[in-house]
Amino acid sequence: MNTIFGVPITALLGQLVVGLVNGCFYAVLSLGLSIIFGMLGLVNFAHGAFYMVGAVLTWFALTQFGIGYWWCLLLVPMVLAALGAAVERGFLRWLYRVDPIYGLLLTFGLALIMEGVLRYRYGVGGLPYSIPDTFQGAFNLGFMYLPKYRAWAVLAALTVCIATWLVIEKTPLGAYLRAATENPTLVRAFGINVPAMITITFAVGVGLAGFAGVLAAPATQISPLMGSNLIIVVFAVVVIGGMSSILGSIVTGVGLGLIEGLTKVFYPQASSTVVFFIMAIVLLIRPAGLFGRER
Amino acid sequence: MRASPTVKYLGLAVLLAVGLAAPFGMYPVLLMNILCFALFASAFNLLLGYTGLLSFGHAAFFATAAYLTGHLIKVHNFGPGLGILSGTLAAAVLGFLIGSLVVRRQGIYFSMITLAMSQLMYFIFLEASFTGGEDGLQAIPRGKLFWLVNLENDRTLYYVVLAIFIFGIAMIWRTIHSPFGQVLKAIRENEARAISLGYDVNRYKVLAFVISAALAGLAGATKALVFTFVTLTDADWHTSGDVVLMTLLGGLGTVSGPVVGAFVIVALENELSDKVGSFVTVIIGAIFVICVLVFRRGIVGEVAALYRRVVGVREV
Repeated sequence: MNTIFGVPITALLGQLVVGLVNGCFYAVLSLGLSIIFGMLGLVNFAHGAFYMVGAVLTWFALTQFGIGYWWCLLLVPMVLAALGAAVERGFLRWLYRVDPIYGLLLTFGLALIMEGVLRYRYGVGGLPYSIPDTFQGAFNLGFMYLPKYRAWAVLAALTVCIATWLVIEKTPLGAYLRAATENPTLVRAFGINVPAMITITFAVGVGLAGFAGVLAAPATQISPLMGSNLIIVVFAVVVIGGMSSILGSIVTGVGLGLIEGLTKVFYPQASSTVVFFIMAIVLLIRPAGLFGRER
Repeated sequence: MRASPTVKYLGLAVLLAVGLAAPFGMYPVLLMNILCFALFASAFNLLLGYTGLLSFGHAAFFATAAYLTGHLIKVHNFGPGLGILSGTLAAAVLGFLIGSLVVRRQGIYFSMITLAMSQLMYFIFLEASFTGGEDGLQAIPRGKLFWLVNLENDRTLYYVVLAIFIFGIAMIWRTIHSPFGQVLKAIRENEARAISLGYDVNRYKVLAFVISAALAGLAGATKALVFTFVTLTDADWHTSGDVVLMTLLGGLGTVSGPVVGAFVIVALENELSDKVGSFVTVIIGAIFVICVLVFRRGIVGEVAALYRRVVGVREV
């Protein structure tokens, strides 16, 4: 038997792998969005733009300076984290006393600026970036071919997600972070530098977006528009999963990526809308989100 | 700011005179575009400025009405009046559906959900056959209003659009100054207290959402007639962002703010798009950042504050 409901199994598995890769990007981005929201109470609209800048920087580093993929995997997240820290120090900290709506609007403006500048410079066409030599080709699993780079992207993304979860749940730094999320004033009274932790949190969140950008560079079309389309889906993912649970956002992200992949096989017209439909259904049944708690 | 009634009516009369004379000095299509966006932003401000809800998906209502109006007029030979009415009703229905869904979550989630729902509508318009997909709806005939007034003439159409605009603003003014509007402001200031006073807050929010969506739809339907085409740009999230900016720049929670903001932004985009192309996005983004950081009251808000300082009236 080579088909399920009239769909060839190889095509189905292929789309599932693509869905899994996308799901991992959703997971990394919604994770960053969640930790930023937890600490700053801010929805970072520029998250997709930071992801896009990460991918464009990877391309730029290779074409201008000959810096390869592996160095970028290390350096680009650091550059993005520094950029994030600068944005937090320069802009966001002025807005902690006003309505959280303004934080959203400010980051929206920043996203437009980043997207606009790169679009002006490079247009909207894709910038080519080839898969690093190590990951050329595919594994033959017997029942299907698994492209090596996709396997690596999934592995790397999940490792980073789980590492972030471990840092937040199991280390003293993570404990301070969780405490500062619950009650910043009290934590400050214990002599912990909360403003510095806020900066670090934002920087790490943005660094995660940059990391996702590097991972995406060889796997997708690098374009100044790649971030804004993604971030809206990630918003839906975050609404579905709820932002208060780290593991929840990882599971939701990967799960929705897989569902999207399945939709692409069975009903391709709906593949770009299925996540939004699921969001609407979740809002009807469980308004707080699958892993969320109302607050 | 409490001006005396005489001054107020005089001011309105001057504004009306300027509105009536404007097409003799400026290109009517640009003016109509400004009026459509001014109505759109004012409708949006009813939610953000008076109820405290930031919708990031108002392009959905704008585009739904525009597409439906265009389709009914072009394919089913509806007159312009009935076409605009149908489009507005469709936007109201969509507003009810999305509004009922979105009030289930509070705070910042509101913005994310409205954005996601409008992206859903965007993809539906992209896939559907009646919208013309990537090409959009082209060559919508303007026709004759009530079989009498020929709208093919730009100047004639301008006065119809002006009338629609005044009707829309009057609706918003009436809503804000009604007991219903007072409850909306109470929800904006302190939702928990409004609940404890016995108001069914969600019903008020949904109704505000429906009114806002319907008026945004009215603006979209009118714009379809003005430009005689509708494209996916109308449904794009950038359009939602543009009205947020117009409202913010002009002044949140003021009746004239969104109108001023729309005027500035539409004129700016019109002026710059030929010269700098896609760099306009960067300028729009920069205005956003500046507004949020140093200019949160907007143009009208700042002018009103200055007026109060000069005249020496206590802040209300």
